[in-house]
Amino acid sequence: MFVRLVYESFRRQKRRKLLAGLAITLGVTVATAMIAVATDIGDKINRELRTIGANLVVTPQEDSLDVEIGGVNLKPPTDGAFLNEADLPKILGIFWHNNITAFSPMLYANARLEHGARQVDMVPLVGTYFAKRIIYGTESLTTGVRSTYPAWKVDGAWPGDDSADVVVGAPLAEKLALQPGDHITISLANSTAPARDVRVSGILPEGEDDAHVYLPLAIVQQMLGHPGAVRRILVSALTKPEDAFGRRDPKSMSGAIYDRWYCTPYPAAIALQLTEAIPHSHAEQIRQVAQNEGAVLTRIEGLIFLITLAALFAAALAVSAAMATAIFERRAEVGLMKALGAGKLAVAAVFFAEAALLALLGGLAGFGIGSLLARQIGRSIFASQISISPVLLPVILAIAIIVTFAGSAAAIRRAVGLDPVFALRGEL
Amino acid sequence: VSTPVSDAARDLAASRAKAPHPSMFLRMLIRAAILRRGRAASALFAMTVAAAVATAMLNLYVDVQAKLQREFRNYGANIILVGKNGASLPADTLAKVDATLAGRGIAAPFGMIVARMSDGQPIVVAGTDFDRVQKLDRWWSVNRWPSAAQQALIGVRAMPVVAPNGAPFALTFQGRTLHLAPVGTVQTGAAEDSRIYLSLSDFANWAQVEPQTIEIAANGSVADIDGIMGQIAEAIPSADVRPVRQIMEGEARVLGKTRATLLAAAALIILTAALCVLSTLMGWVFDRRRDFAIMKALGASGRLLNGFFAAEAAALGALGALIGFLAGIGIAAWIGRVNFHAAVVPRFSVLPIVLAGSIAVTLVSAVLPISLLRRVQPAVILRGE
Repeated sequence: MFVRLVYESFRRQKRRKLLAGLAITLGVTVATAMIAVATDIGDKINRELRTIGANLVVTPQEDSLDVEIGGVNLKPPTDGAFLNEADLPKILGIFWHNNITAFSPMLYANARLEHGARQVDMVPLVGTYFAKRIIYGTESLTTGVRSTYPAWKVDGAWPGDDSADVVVGAPLAEKLALQPGDHITISLANSTAPARDVRVSGILPEGEDDAHVYLPLAIVQQMLGHPGAVRRILVSALTKPEDAFGRRDPKSMSGAIYDRWYCTPYPAAIALQLTEAIPHSHAEQIRQVAQNEGAVLTRIEGLIFLITLAALFAAALAVSAAMATAIFERRAEVGLMKALGAGKLAVAAVFFAEAALLALLGGLAGFGIGSLLARQIGRSIFASQISISPVLLPVILAIAIIVTFAGSAAAIRRAVGLDPVFALRGEL
Repeated sequence: VSTPVSDAARDLAASRAKAPHPSMFLRMLIRAAILRRGRAASALFAMTVAAAVATAMLNLYVDVQAKLQREFRNYGANIILVGKNGASLPADTLAKVDATLAGRGIAAPFGMIVARMSDGQPIVVAGTDFDRVQKLDRWWSVNRWPSAAQQALIGVRAMPVVAPNGAPFALTFQGRTLHLAPVGTVQTGAAEDSRIYLSLSDFANWAQVEPQTIEIAANGSVADIDGIMGQIAEAIPSADVRPVRQIMEGEARVLGKTRATLLAAAALIILTAALCVLSTLMGWVFDRRRDFAIMKALGASGRLLNGFFAAEAAALGALGALIGFLAGIGIAAWIGRVNFHAAVVPRFSVLPIVLAGSIAVTLVSAVLPISLLRRVQPAVILRGE
């Protein structure tokens, strides 16, 4: 009888049930989409923030002091210690290797550039990767300055990593009257190494790093006579904003706490893992980038979290309103049931069963539509997927049922409390 | 054909035509609200919540740009001013930059030379204004800032080389020697770690070099910053003005994406809230089909009925929007305080939008059921069918 009551109620009141179901579906859609966006926004914004550049730097442990002014290193290029290029792939072997979005080795030298009759002395050369494929075991990553500095756009083309092409900053190109495709001669300052002829494949527009010439790492190593040498490595990593725990000194931690710290992608924890992975190195966060992105991320995540709460609240309210209206419209039915001898419990049970069924159906549909919506938001705003873990489904369904019950409760209580005589006469 | 009518009769007719209707109209509106307090209150509540949520979202959407731009200013300079070909900047440059900025940002001068330590090793020594640097480069991790003359701030990597025991040390530049006391260390993870920082006056007296670089953190949107760059280039023709592209681009991207996400969220939330109002109000109006039928049976015209329900809905919408607006501003301010540690400025420009939107939603939710009911004979409704 109970099942038939519920079944008939759905069969006969298609329009009303559809409206209530629609409200639940909409509410769950909004909730699912917002939860999905909120759980993923940190990662998405973190990737956008990588535009600003690397947040970690690896230098040789026993290095002499840098003599650097305005991005130009005046230290003799062969002075001090080097890292070994062969150790670079080990970066992909650290615990948080999935959080490493890019890294670029850097090797500096100063050179004279000649183009026809024009020449410029003491130009800082930077040997680096542009988009080199690095393989470590089963892991691989295509990396270089094009990934560590995605904001750099060259006029012309980027050099290949095995080519003899270079990228020149705009002010230099102006001084030397260079166009993409021109050939220039590079000779190292204070060196007997033979001069090299290279092709300018692109020009880097004016900006902070426009005083340099960027060229494949191998060429600079060869000219310096230091095969395999790297002066420093810039690493871009997705990190968790530093909190009080992240700022603690790992040396003061005991076993389990240290493990928890080590296994959290704090900038300092990733730096420590890089130091361990690369022999004779010291990794450190670049505070300008690492510290500030923590602040920006915390703010945006907090904002979206609060807005998700607002969305959940609005969705809950919409569901409650729809349920309240749906039940209120059925006073006469309640009156009839009670006149025929149904107890309060039986009436309430019928309504709650209907509400649960509606919540389940609406919740399932809403979860599906919400997932699609989240995916669409991800694609149109961030140009990447926002995926929803299926683990969320039971949570969302549970929320849908609770909200539907909560929304119906007041209306059901009123309906159950009705005097059947008044209800049947429609005088309420 | 005109019938002669006495003045008194005409007056009476005129007063009957005009006076009772508005007062009756108002009375109907007020009685409708009072007699069905419960349902009217729940409709008003739904409207208020919807308006509050919409106000808060719109307010945040407008304000989030300013809030995040402020966070991004912590990244430091987004404009760099350098002397052409590495030359020093004229002595009045900083004053000119300050005048051009006029409070729209902060600038810090830097002079840099390569000096020798007592053992002959080269080291970069920079002169700067510590007060300005503290505001500009907030990420510098400094244990103690110099406060007196002949005190130096030393990079963490330079510290063991320059002053291993924290003892005073000497630097020479072009034959002139300067004795300094190390008071603090600076750590940034970048070039600053290998440098020594002095106050600008110590630096100028000793090295006799004026600053070559001024770093500027300008506030505002990309267009504002472009404008400021143009003004500075015009005011100081002897210098190159360069943007710090990564920071500007990163900022633009993060701001754009955050606002787009916020807009999508706002659209979803406002839609949900509007539907909530719609379903509550439609229920309310449907519920009153008896009132409607009686009015119609008593001879009310279709226009009057529409007008009555529309006026009722509009009044509810306006009232809900006003209360909701105040509540929404409160919510936005609370979110601003909790999340950004700064007040979100109430944007009264949002009010007309919220007001118009609320009234529109309530009108739709009143007129829809009425147009359905109008097709039904009043007798059918009154018989409760």
